[in-house]
Amino acid sequence: MIVIVIFMVIMAALAGWWLSGQGLATKPWLVVGVIGDSGSARSSPRRIAKVGLGAFLVVAGSLFSLLVSAYAMRMGMPDWGSLPMPTVLWFSTGLLLLSSIVLHTTVIAARRDELDAVRSGLLATVATSLAFLACQVLAWRELAASGYFSAANPASAFFYLVTALHGLHMLGGLVVLNRTAVTAFALAGTSPPQALARLRLSVELCTSYWHFLLLVWLVLFSLLMRWTDDLIEICRGLLS
Amino acid sequence: MAIAVALALVVIGSVVFHFLSPWWWTPIASNWRYIDDTIIVTFWITGAVFAAVVLFMAYCVLRFRHREGSRAAYEPENKRLEWWLAIGTGVGVAAMLAPGLVVWSQFVTVPKDATTVEIVGQQWQWSYRLPGADGRLGATDVAHVSPENPLGLDPKDPRGQDDIIIQGDQLHLQLDKPVRMLLRSLDVVHDFYVPEFRAKMDMIPGTVTYYWLTPTRAGVFEALCAELCSTGHSFMRGGVVVEPAGDYQAWLQQQKTFAQLQAPAKTQARNQDAGEELGEATR
Amino acid sequence: MADVTHGTLEPLSAGGIDDVELYHPKSWITKYVFSQDAKVIAIQYSMVALAIGLVALVLSWLMRMQLAFPGLLSFIDADHYYQLITMHGMIMVIYLLTALFLGGFGNYLIPLMLGARDMVFPYVNMLSFWIYFLAVLVLVGGFFVPGGPTGAGWTLYPPQAILANTPGQQWGIIVLLVSLMLFIIGFTMGGLNYVVTVLQGRCRGMTLMRMPLTIWGIFTATIMALLAFPALFVGAVMMLLDRLIGTSFFMPAIAAMGEQLPYKGGSPILFQHLFWFFGHPEVYIVALPAFGIVSDLISTHARKNIFGYRMMVWALVAIGALSFVVWAHHMYVSGMHPSFGFFFATTTLIIAIPTAIKVYNWVLTLWRGDIHFTPPMLFALGFIVTFVNGGLTGLFLGNVVVDVPLSDTMFVVAHFHMVMGVAPILVVFGAIYHWYPKVTGRMLDDALAKLHFSVTFLGAYLIFFPMHYIGLMGVPRRYHEMGEMAFVPPSTATLNAFITIVALIVGAAQLVFLFNLVWSVRHGRPAGGNPWRATTLEWQTPQTPPAHGNWGQTLPVVYRWAYDYSVPGAAQDFLPQNQPPDPRTA
Repeated sequence: MIVIVIFMVIMAALAGWWLSGQGLATKPWLVVGVIGDSGSARSSPRRIAKVGLGAFLVVAGSLFSLLVSAYAMRMGMPDWGSLPMPTVLWFSTGLLLLSSIVLHTTVIAARRDELDAVRSGLLATVATSLAFLACQVLAWRELAASGYFSAANPASAFFYLVTALHGLHMLGGLVVLNRTAVTAFALAGTSPPQALARLRLSVELCTSYWHFLLLVWLVLFSLLMRWTDDLIEICRGLLS
Repeated sequence: MAIAVALALVVIGSVVFHFLSPWWWTPIASNWRYIDDTIIVTFWITGAVFAAVVLFMAYCVLRFRHREGSRAAYEPENKRLEWWLAIGTGVGVAAMLAPGLVVWSQFVTVPKDATTVEIVGQQWQWSYRLPGADGRLGATDVAHVSPENPLGLDPKDPRGQDDIIIQGDQLHLQLDKPVRMLLRSLDVVHDFYVPEFRAKMDMIPGTVTYYWLTPTRAGVFEALCAELCSTGHSFMRGGVVVEPAGDYQAWLQQQKTFAQLQAPAKTQARNQDAGEELGEATR
Repeated sequence: MADVTHGTLEPLSAGGIDDVELYHPKSWITKYVFSQDAKVIAIQYSMVALAIGLVALVLSWLMRMQLAFPGLLSFIDADHYYQLITMHGMIMVIYLLTALFLGGFGNYLIPLMLGARDMVFPYVNMLSFWIYFLAVLVLVGGFFVPGGPTGAGWTLYPPQAILANTPGQQWGIIVLLVSLMLFIIGFTMGGLNYVVTVLQGRCRGMTLMRMPLTIWGIFTATIMALLAFPALFVGAVMMLLDRLIGTSFFMPAIAAMGEQLPYKGGSPILFQHLFWFFGHPEVYIVALPAFGIVSDLISTHARKNIFGYRMMVWALVAIGALSFVVWAHHMYVSGMHPSFGFFFATTTLIIAIPTAIKVYNWVLTLWRGDIHFTPPMLFALGFIVTFVNGGLTGLFLGNVVVDVPLSDTMFVVAHFHMVMGVAPILVVFGAIYHWYPKVTGRMLDDALAKLHFSVTFLGAYLIFFPMHYIGLMGVPRRYHEMGEMAFVPPSTATLNAFITIVALIVGAAQLVFLFNLVWSVRHGRPAGGNPWRATTLEWQTPQTPPAHGNWGQTLPVVYRWAYDYSVPGAAQDFLPQNQPPDPRTA
């Protein structure tokens, strides 16, 4: 459970840092009048959407930290037998990295209102993301074909579970990304600025989400490839 | 008005109930008197806090109830009072925690001269295993469980051959002799619980857990299962007999070892296979 | 003293969602059924939660009947008994208390108390309720599937939760796990709304330190729930896979009834860690909103500011943070590494300090107050008594070595019912008596309320206080039938019968409450906008009940903290948060 505890400590540190700027030591009964930043400036729909996504990513982060914790805890037991990782996972990692980079360039284009670049960028992201998912399915099939799709092998059960949950998160993201792409094609350079601003916001939100998916996948990948074994061993040493 | 009386009655009633109640813990039969002492310390501290807080509340409710024209005082905070209360609470908490942790470290440290008893839980009965003459228990694996080998001992492990197996009977313990209970489960989570011993620990399938105690009072004690283990949970009972060394040794001599228990089973099987001659030979 | 005086104020632009941007319902269906108005969603959440809570109440009657008069109700065999305890626990903890405090009170109070027009994501908010409703329907469906609901105990410990011999193994466990997953998804949608609304939806002048403690409690609890529920989600997914396709996340090699099962290599302890990583914060997810609400009830009805507001906020945040590092105190006797006991006992007892500070501050708020014995105040007083009692017995169970003899006995049952059953429910009642006039525009009947309070508070205390002693004696929990045991004196049966009879009476008293709720909608005394003369914003709405959008043309502006009661020199004994400072004194 050390991974989730670390995650929680980071969250607590973030919360503490934020709270420290909120005047928690002031004596509110002494001050009468309008104080603090005015509501209207802070709570634009744009900001609300970003904070909302941030909060969701924290929840998803907690989910994956717990999965990793469970995985690490199970690995520590004596009868753990590891799996040979299919090479196709390297391709999927590359594809996800690529889609994240493409989306990042798209967001730069969107900020300059270059609609064509945004359209092609979004299409490329959809394509690379679908390819990523296809690679994951290939990896599943490869493992199954070599006889590891055995329910009684916890290593394979964990492999299928973490990749499936990560894939589901990507599928959910793809739904939003597709809607953004549809909007991008419906708009023209002459569209009202509000519509363009909304598109920009959607692209920005998708980009943050994809970076998050990439980060989670890199953590999961290093765990599956057993690069983190030493780290986990050290953590376990700290605990006992 | 009425509420102030009710609050005071809650405190008085609780205290009276505490001292007059016929429902109290069973007389202790193990060395864990320290646990009881910690509970008593905790009772005094928490009881005092409960009475103080609720009686103070009753007083406030009576004294500061709304009357025509009365107005509340204005006091946003009182830093000094709050810190004193926090520190006082901290001291009270430490007074309960410190003995608790000391006793816990004793609880998890098994003395070197402790004998070993294995308790095996399965739906819904208890079995016991004692090391034989070699003083060691043989290896086990759930994979070995069969009607002839209900506890899953490894038949190839020589250390397990002289292990004493007790099924469908009470466990006997020697008076004043520390004993380490190794806990194993074959199916679901169980918990071997003798209220008079105070100590208990869950048995988790797949791992071996433990606790230790020294029985200090001779007698027969009932054992229960304390962790929900499906439909027969409340019928999963057992018994422990604590007796002096002489009686204990006499009982021990009558028990059968793993090898002895296996023998008739093997004999039977061979009889069916090879007829009577082999049966003669094994005799 | 004042940063900005009344005279210098410019006309204000409305913060939050502008009136024009709000979704305006066009038909009856979108106004009352698929509504995006947080107030309607709040009422929907509350009614569903109370309805399913009533089911759980009836289940508890049946359990108590079996414990006191074994065999009298012959249809309650061991299987049924375990199904009763499982569903009772699950419903009360998750589907009633969590949903009611966060989905019900959270939805109603967050926008109103913060001066917002609505939640920031109204559509997601609506989805949240309907997914919750679906989760409840699936849960109820468990009663009708072959084999009935699961009887694994609300903790659902594997392996027994998914093995044969456990009632509901066939379908009940699957249905329950699916329902839990739905609940978590629905809750996450709502929870993101509550958090982001508190962060971004506050009206002008509403700094964090001016928020009422109710909002602080709900806010902190929601953050905790968002972080903790994924643990239950992960556990539920893994257990579902273990049950459905035979994976071995939690299932070690098992020989059940002498027969080898195909599982191998799983860890039952892993589930316990995941479950309690959710389960302990869950206790505070229920308790923190109750703490916040009760602070406001006491302050309002004692006409005095909450004593030590800053300490109250710090304590809430500290409890929220600490509650994530105490989970394994539910596992002292689970066979985990013994050295964990030292750590978790220490953290658990440390958490008692901020909790105790809150209790002191409630009581000190009464000191030199002007206490009105309204129903909300009575319930708040009842809460303090039961919470102090239950909290103090928590010091027994949190202290690792004391827990060893007491765990899994009726002592634990009595403890957690007192602290997270009775205490929060008393707050729920107090809060309903307090805010019902705002929701309906009419007061609840006072005499019925006092009858309801007396029976519920004293009855609940009589049920659970003696129960501790049965546990101290060693009677284990989750026993369908105790049978003859030498260490249990026959008088215990009398005590059990007494507890059951009181439980039936307390249950029946809730009918008085329900009658009051229904009857007062039409026949209650008209309440006016601010019957309790309270300071917080929800009492300052232009209409009562508040209309869609809450505030009419312009959003309120907040000039002071939430507790300006009995301020020296003020004409009235309360100053609403949106009352501008007097230019002469500023």
